[in-house]
Amino acid sequence: MTWETVIGLETHVELSTRTKIFCSCTTQFGGGPNTHCCPVCTGMPGTLPVLNKKVLEFAVKAGLALNCEITRYSKFDRKNYFYPDLPKAYQISQLYLPIARNGAVPIHTAAGEKTIRIHELHMEEDAGKLVHDPWIDQTRADYNRCGVPLIEIVTEPDFRTAGEVIAYLEKLKETLMYLGVSDCKMQEGSLRCDVNLSVRPMGTGELGTRTEMKNLNSFKAIARAISYEAKRQIELIEEGKRVVQETRRWDENKDATYAMRSKENAQDYRYFPEPDLPPIELSEQYLEDLRAAQPELAEAKRARYQADYGLPEYDSQMITSDSMLARFFEDLVALGTPPKQGANWIMGEVLGALSARAIEPRAMKLTAPTLARLISLVGEGRLNRNTAVKVFEAIFDTDADVDTYVKEHSLEQVNDDGLVRAVCAKVLEANLQSVADYKGGREKAFGFLVGQVMRELKGKANPQSVNAILKELLTQ
Amino acid sequence: MVLRELTALELGAAIKKGEVSVKEAAQAALDSLSAQDKALNAFITVTGEQALDRAEKLQDGAKDAQSPLYGVPMAIKDNICTRGVKTSCASKILGDFAPPYDATVAGKLANAGAVSLGKLNMDEFAMGSTSETSFYGPVKNPWALDRVPGGSSGGAAAAVAAGIGWYAIGSDTGGSIRQPASYCGVTGMKPTYGTVSRYGLIAYASSLDQIGPLGRDAADCAAILDVLQGRDPKDGTSLDGQYGTLLNGLTGDVRGLKIGLPVDCYGDGLDEEVKAAVLAVADVLKARGAEVVELPFPVMEYVVPAYYIIAAAEASSNLSRFDGVKYGWRAQEYEGLHDLYCKTRTQGFGSEVKQRILLGTFALSSGYYDAYYRKALQVKAVIKDAFDKAFQQCGLLLTPVAPTTAPKLGESLCDPLQMYLSDVYTVPVNLAGLPGLSMPCGFDSKGLPIGAQLIGPHFGEGTLLNAAHGFQSDTGYHKRRPGENVRRDAHRASLQKGGEPA
Repeated sequence: MTWETVIGLETHVELSTRTKIFCSCTTQFGGGPNTHCCPVCTGMPGTLPVLNKKVLEFAVKAGLALNCEITRYSKFDRKNYFYPDLPKAYQISQLYLPIARNGAVPIHTAAGEKTIRIHELHMEEDAGKLVHDPWIDQTRADYNRCGVPLIEIVTEPDFRTAGEVIAYLEKLKETLMYLGVSDCKMQEGSLRCDVNLSVRPMGTGELGTRTEMKNLNSFKAIARAISYEAKRQIELIEEGKRVVQETRRWDENKDATYAMRSKENAQDYRYFPEPDLPPIELSEQYLEDLRAAQPELAEAKRARYQADYGLPEYDSQMITSDSMLARFFEDLVALGTPPKQGANWIMGEVLGALSARAIEPRAMKLTAPTLARLISLVGEGRLNRNTAVKVFEAIFDTDADVDTYVKEHSLEQVNDDGLVRAVCAKVLEANLQSVADYKGGREKAFGFLVGQVMRELKGKANPQSVNAILKELLTQ
Repeated sequence: MVLRELTALELGAAIKKGEVSVKEAAQAALDSLSAQDKALNAFITVTGEQALDRAEKLQDGAKDAQSPLYGVPMAIKDNICTRGVKTSCASKILGDFAPPYDATVAGKLANAGAVSLGKLNMDEFAMGSTSETSFYGPVKNPWALDRVPGGSSGGAAAAVAAGIGWYAIGSDTGGSIRQPASYCGVTGMKPTYGTVSRYGLIAYASSLDQIGPLGRDAADCAAILDVLQGRDPKDGTSLDGQYGTLLNGLTGDVRGLKIGLPVDCYGDGLDEEVKAAVLAVADVLKARGAEVVELPFPVMEYVVPAYYIIAAAEASSNLSRFDGVKYGWRAQEYEGLHDLYCKTRTQGFGSEVKQRILLGTFALSSGYYDAYYRKALQVKAVIKDAFDKAFQQCGLLLTPVAPTTAPKLGESLCDPLQMYLSDVYTVPVNLAGLPGLSMPCGFDSKGLPIGAQLIGPHFGEGTLLNAAHGFQSDTGYHKRRPGENVRRDAHRASLQKGGEPA
């Protein structure tokens, strides 16, 4: 029998607001234990939450970008459970009237185009962290993360393969980063994904019993967990056993999932409307303003780069893979850089330098005006490209002034054809063997001669004139 | 000048004029406290030294004081957070918890020159109508030491009635200011929901809780509310409004005011003496030019069940944070996390609190939510409608505060259902978020105070206080002090001993 895997995702995304969802503590990652908290986010008696308007704005922006219906009258609810990382013993979340519903995310995979439906998107607060100290056999609570704003995005069970899941997550990550609402760093936990998975015989409509997998810390782990879990469920059913509805934990080291808790004796969260927060009523004007302020997303940029700038699809894809790179590219073009040249520099030198230093585009010092100037010096024939690359490497980490650097290091291209001709003649005289080789049909010898001329001129010669003059002298 | 006979405003004026020093006032209050509080048990924490220190510091500013309550000694219910001062909610589970922050109202009172004597006893977590569920022992009624002062702000009402401080700050979730004010013969007010910040009030039922004043008369309450009210950016449920004008608005003029008597509030279960005294309020106000109309209010049988479901449900969640992990009291011996929770909460909460947590947990449970909690919310909406309709016909409603005067200690807890039912006149006001005022309007044949309740529409504080002020201008019930009563009792007892002729 052939089996079909059915997958739905619940993705938690930390919003990159400066302050927490219900108080003014910083949301910064890290910090000494319990240094980013206050009586409100630690739920001290008598304190009250007040909604950070930026959280609402970010959630609505995300909802709009995921093509959701925005709920005009929305509310918070309390999810009650006891755990030491949850100091109020309830999480403020949204159950009954989430901020956004019924969205759709188009994805592309090798198999083609597909739309993943979004069931809902809601706002909630993050919990703290428990750290077990085996040395003293004690568990310590760190409440720094308490009250960091989250949105949870729940899809319909629309995925059939791990490839679709990864394509969706990449699209989601790209969208949220373009919106500037999250940095989506999986390793810091700002994007966390739970996978709901079941299997059924191909062609049937009914859903099988699902399990929920947690602790998936990378796209790779997600893909492996999906393939492991699908196989596990199929084997169970084929052996005549049944799948138990439960939460399972992915163990990265063992490459397997393990049962955490069964849903059959699941907790009753006793949700009820949060009485400390008034309902959220959004005006048409508010939504209109946010719609108007939505930035251009990657998809649209890719299309525009191809249509307006004539960039190849590959280039557009590379440049829009990060919103900061795309902005950098657009700044270059705005400064007069020919688009294809700008794209080449970004895909070659910029990405190379970033990866050599293992830093993100957002952390890059080099600014668009500096690179634009460098590119224009090449265009004007004042720097040859090889020298320009050296200049690039030298100023990449400091964003130093290009003209000053070129002047200080006397790198300007030698455009004095008389001088170039004299040097070429000297080189030919000194390398008679190579001249003979070239004339005997060995093209390689020509490259050697060009290299010798360049060396004599400290690399500053215009390569085109060196080629032309050498050829001219050799044919005499 | 006998300080204890002054109202808070009169004392404030005397302090401003320099006739009394702030310290003399504080000392008088503390003397009164040490003379009476062993018997009354109105206080959980007394901050006498801090009060005297503060009084001394405040003296210099007395002449130019802006607030009419500057320098007046008062006290705060123990569920309102006071920075660095133990705030226990009368519960064992909070231990010696001293919050590192002030409730918004505590800060406002300090700015207005209040001198706090300490923290007032109450029902544990404000759950009760008698102030008997306190971990720190029951509060006694100053009018009769074998009777309860009402609750949950029983310490507040008892202190004001006994002249320990000139006013007190309480909280009212289902009548917790108005009912003890009634049992103790003082004036108390629950303001419109959202007009006084709840930041720093340890929540019982968040959608119903509201902080308010207990004072000697309506004018004192108006002055205190002028200090307390205002939108607070730290409380998302607080409302914008025109605040700070209540005291200046008091004229006592009620000409043309329509007073509604909801007939469903004067039926079965209401003590005849209470009924007569409350209806007499209508006559006094009529004589001042008000008009009195009877009107139906056919929702009374639903108010108590709806209230206890909503309040208990919210409480079950609000009180979950008291788990022994972060602050307060923790069970001595436990094995593992689950046991820590169980033992701490089993031993740390009193039985009334546990009963309500269980009730609320049940009402919110999967499979019961729709039958109980959702239905209670629907009833709440119906009650709001009933009030809206009533206020189309009148400017305020006059009802009893409680069906009887203060019961004896121990009587109510034996029959909790009866105790819950006795909240019938006060809880609808909380469910609808309205302002309600309780004022003395007579004494029963046992010499115990009777209270009348005035209920107004949203933001109707001015109307209520003005009507109460008018009533108090023509009557003297609010001026009676328990001392006279007790002296009379003692006198009578001694006469009987002497062999009065039959």
